[in-house]
Amino acid sequence: MKAVYFAWVRERIGKNEEDIAPPAEVATVGDLVAWLAGRGENYAYAFDKPQVIRVAIDRAHVAREARIAGAKEIAFFPPMTGG
Amino acid sequence: MGAVRVQAEDFDAAAESRALIAGRRDVGALASFVGLCRDEGGRLATLELEHYPGMAEAEIARAIAEAEARWPLHGITVVHRFGKLKPGDQIVYVGVAAAHRGEAFAAAEMLMDFLKTRAPFWKRATRVDGAVEGWVEAKAGDDAQAARWDKA
Repeated sequence: MKAVYFAWVRERIGKNEEDIAPPAEVATVGDLVAWLAGRGENYAYAFDKPQVIRVAIDRAHVAREARIAGAKEIAFFPPMTGG
Repeated sequence: MGAVRVQAEDFDAAAESRALIAGRRDVGALASFVGLCRDEGGRLATLELEHYPGMAEAEIARAIAEAEARWPLHGITVVHRFGKLKPGDQIVYVGVAAAHRGEAFAAAEMLMDFLKTRAPFWKRATRVDGAVEGWVEAKAGDDAQAARWDKA
């Protein structure tokens, strides 16, 4: 699946997007955030306040309990400040 | 029914409003809102708006669908810009046409509240002294504003 990052999540990780292949036990969005945070210092920094990070699967907001199976694109970003 | 545009270019708010009511005889109320880039007391030089292409449009369309499900409306247009803006520049246009002012005002306000909290846009400020002030923080009050519509 493709992971995409925006705003300071993108800057802290240092990538706009990447292909990721989490292991099978990573089932939910919450699991995925924890798994990503363990991938290195930049990821740990991006996810240092994991509860703040918003997640979207295939361009729709999802909660932490949402399952990631079948997702094509998962986005991680800070609270939005548009309008 | 609603129209959504996410674009770098400026927009003509008056033209957007005119288009909402062109040729119609059933519109008794047109509420429009324009959000602008303010200078924060002279400190702000530029505001850079990042967005999530595709999801930004989809999320605004979902907000429009919610407004249409809630009130009888005759037309909605939302235009949101991205890219580099400076104080005085227009950021967002929301226009709602309806038979009566109550639903037009309410729908416009709900759309703005939802845009603030759900549409994937992020602002980064640069100060007049050249320093990057960083990413604008979301206001807790914006969530409270948006949550009002859950209970209604």
